[in-house]
Amino acid sequence: MIQGLLERNPRLAHWIWGFKPPERGTIVLVHRRVYIVPTRLGWLFAATLAILLIGSINYALALGFALTFLLGGVGLAGMVHTARNLARIAVSTGRAEPVFAGESAQFRVYLDGRSGYDRPAILARHVGSGSQFVIDIPPQALGEVVLAVPAARRGWLPLGRVLLETRFPLGLFRAWSYVEPDARCLVYPRPERTPLPAPVGEAAAGALRSQAAGNDDFSGLRNYQLSDSPRHVAWKAAARSDELLTKQFTGEAAAQLWLDWRLLPAAAGLEQRLSRLAGWVLAAERAGAFYGLRLPGLELTPGRGDAHAGACLQALALYESK
Amino acid sequence: MKGAAAHPLLPEARLATTRDLVFLCGSLALVVIPHATRAPWWLTLLTLCLYAWRIHYSMHAVPLPSRWLVLAVAGVAMLGVWVEYRTIFARQPGIVLLTLFSGLKVLETRTHRDAAAAAFLGYFLIITNFLYTQSILTALAMALALLAITTTLTCFSAPNRAPRANLRTAALLLAHAVPAAAALFLLFPRIQGPLWGVPQDAYSARTGLTETMSPGGISHLVLSDAIAFRAEFDGTPPASQLRYWRGPVLWDFDGRTWSAGPQSPGRFASPGAGSASYRYSVVLEPHNQTWLFALELPASLPEDARYTADGIVLAAAPVRTRMRYEMSSTIGSNASLEERPAQLARALRLPADVNPRALALGEQLRLGSRADDEIVAKAVSFLRRGSYAYTLEPPLLGKDSVDEFLFDFKAGFCEHFSSAFVFLMRAAGVPARVVTGYQGGELNPVDHIITVRQSDAHAWAEVHLRGRGWVRVDPTATAAPSRLDAGLARAVQQAEQPLLMRADFEWLRSLRNRWEAAAYRWNVWVLGYNSERQRELMSYVGLRSSDWRALVATLFTVLGILIVLLLAWSLRRVARPDPVQRAWRAFCAKLAARGVERSPAEGPRDYAERAARALPSARRAILRIGALYIGLRYGRERNPRRAKDLRRLVRELRLT
Repeated sequence: MIQGLLERNPRLAHWIWGFKPPERGTIVLVHRRVYIVPTRLGWLFAATLAILLIGSINYALALGFALTFLLGGVGLAGMVHTARNLARIAVSTGRAEPVFAGESAQFRVYLDGRSGYDRPAILARHVGSGSQFVIDIPPQALGEVVLAVPAARRGWLPLGRVLLETRFPLGLFRAWSYVEPDARCLVYPRPERTPLPAPVGEAAAGALRSQAAGNDDFSGLRNYQLSDSPRHVAWKAAARSDELLTKQFTGEAAAQLWLDWRLLPAAAGLEQRLSRLAGWVLAAERAGAFYGLRLPGLELTPGRGDAHAGACLQALALYESK
Repeated sequence: MKGAAAHPLLPEARLATTRDLVFLCGSLALVVIPHATRAPWWLTLLTLCLYAWRIHYSMHAVPLPSRWLVLAVAGVAMLGVWVEYRTIFARQPGIVLLTLFSGLKVLETRTHRDAAAAAFLGYFLIITNFLYTQSILTALAMALALLAITTTLTCFSAPNRAPRANLRTAALLLAHAVPAAAALFLLFPRIQGPLWGVPQDAYSARTGLTETMSPGGISHLVLSDAIAFRAEFDGTPPASQLRYWRGPVLWDFDGRTWSAGPQSPGRFASPGAGSASYRYSVVLEPHNQTWLFALELPASLPEDARYTADGIVLAAAPVRTRMRYEMSSTIGSNASLEERPAQLARALRLPADVNPRALALGEQLRLGSRADDEIVAKAVSFLRRGSYAYTLEPPLLGKDSVDEFLFDFKAGFCEHFSSAFVFLMRAAGVPARVVTGYQGGELNPVDHIITVRQSDAHAWAEVHLRGRGWVRVDPTATAAPSRLDAGLARAVQQAEQPLLMRADFEWLRSLRNRWEAAAYRWNVWVLGYNSERQRELMSYVGLRSSDWRALVATLFTVLGILIVLLLAWSLRRVARPDPVQRAWRAFCAKLAARGVERSPAEGPRDYAERAARALPSARRAILRIGALYIGLRYGRERNPRRAKDLRRLVRELRLT
């Protein structure tokens, strides 16, 4: 119910959480942003203290009082220690490598303890996906958490809200804080596995030739990628190891190739066309072709290499994306 | 929260590892082992075996025992407790069962939640130790156990952390808890217990005088060197042979046992001027009886105390906790002269058909004397001339106990002497009664406190003489005069006494004196702290209205201050950026003031170059600062002069 209320009233949520997402740069968890409540174990502890107190009164045990009050003090100190374990951590994010839709984006979140003491058992959990990780941050050091967030659609995937929580040192209290760093991951369209079709038109010949030549001679193995054709997987090698490997072939000198939007059937939807184009980009890159990309209102001059492939895929990822 | 995966910090979701269990069982053992002296040995052993069993299961990765097996073990153990005590609903069996349950709880521990519950049970077991003893040593041992259990809880929260670091955290937590605990201890409104009826056997373990005296009773008691009470005098205390601490007065004799019989309340009247008067305070150990010991004769009564017709000071309720009271007494004075005729008749009553020889001796004394005091003098000299032995191990006496002591064995302890003397007096027609209490006590040269032990228990006689009232006669002193001068220690053979009481280990005695001085302070200031002392403290610090509301208000103020201090500690700036970083931040701030703000993703080189283009007048300085910073921060530059240069350049940077 509260969750729903906060979703409908973002300003209320911002006021309650103490920040307005997304937050740029390094986020320091000031005390204001660290919330703390007793855990169930904390209530059990309180009940134990109540029984100890009653017993001490009943039997007039001076040391019983001393024990009860000392444990009460431990509870109070434990509360401060729990908040301190989380407070003033600096949260920053690293670059998330682009992924294809359907894979998981690997967000790197850095937790800088910025303190002379260690901060054990801190949970970082991605609220949206439930991806979580518990780390110990050594004194004066940086802890790294990798949160795997499923990337469903192409475009920019924001990290979203991350929960940081700790129960150290006694487990009697739970301190937590939410952060929403301004981190995002580029998601390429899901590449269609079909190899390059026979496109018609101006660059048809080149496209065909490069594709054919690219399957000629076996040149080596490389790691399997999602977009690789199953026909190129080295199944014999895969049986010997845990990894899938893809056979690589070199063709003759690749010709200039245009991967053109207009080559695709108009009946196919936008996403399907982009998927097909992404598959082509991968295939062309694999084949070592010299290729360019044409989208309505956008043209990337032919080139090759990882940077060029990345630029093409980024153009596809962001094409008319919301 | 839609997270599908289990919450990894939930104690229910975390399995207890072998390390966790070793810590848990080790700290629980610290609490359970002191019980071994009081619980049946097999039960402590069984509890420890249950701990070991659980660790064994964990180490060899075999499944936990089935619920039925655990229940069977519990059932057998409870049966054993019942066989041992014939009940399970009293204090002692209850505590014993609690230790056993700690073992069973450990045995069924799977997750951290179970383990934490077992640790809380450990906290609970600490307090059961205090039901038996609250000495300094117990406090230290239990403080150790407290640290161990807290470390165990820390281990559960941080499974990957080194035990030494967890120990340090637990010690820090306890250290932080001490001020709050002290505030609570002093200011938490103390309610005088008990809140409900405590089990019948709750105070059975107390040793001390009772309302009856039979042959062998006191000589058994004096073998205990347990402390009965301590007294602290304003000024010089009276000499040892004058220190008669009055306890129960015994009137009725059935031929073997003397008992107090019904008590009638008396009106307290301050005695006349005696040879000396004393003011002192007594810290009385709990003895589960109502009487309060005072030097004969009391000149004033403590608050809420009652006074009986036979001169005993009584507390309002049985003394079940250590109690402190203020007294003043006068020595060498006489109590009121009158005694009710009924009481005088009671003081002459004798059982029929016992001790014929003593009866005859009494008749003989009566006939040969003109006055009562002459009879008393003759009886005393009879005892003196009879060469009676004073011994801790008197022979067992039969039906005619007085006859056998007086004429056959001629050896006994103070109860024999006083019993025989009072019997003789009554036989001779002089009203007499037995008074029990303590005599002497040891003066500690360190803190000048007199410690009276059970070994100082004594019995003497009082006779009623016309015109003088009740007069004390100590028949034991006639047989063993040194008993009064030097206490029991020199009056009976050395080998008969407890080790620490012997006179031949002087250094041991001095060590004991020091230790007892510390124990006394502990008793008065820690264990004896109650609602009364709380009031005293409050009025001492200037809080007049010392009702519970004032206490609670003060308590919350102090606790609030302590929490603020703790928060301040946790906010303490631990990590200051190094000088290079500070200089760079100052540089960025200066540029930002001129409108060249560094974007979060911008590296120092790009930023410096952009700033140099934007502010061409300071181009050289900006680029130099950028290069210096990169060298110091990311390069191999470790020369402190460079850091100094950087700071100077930033300071002198003028942007127009």
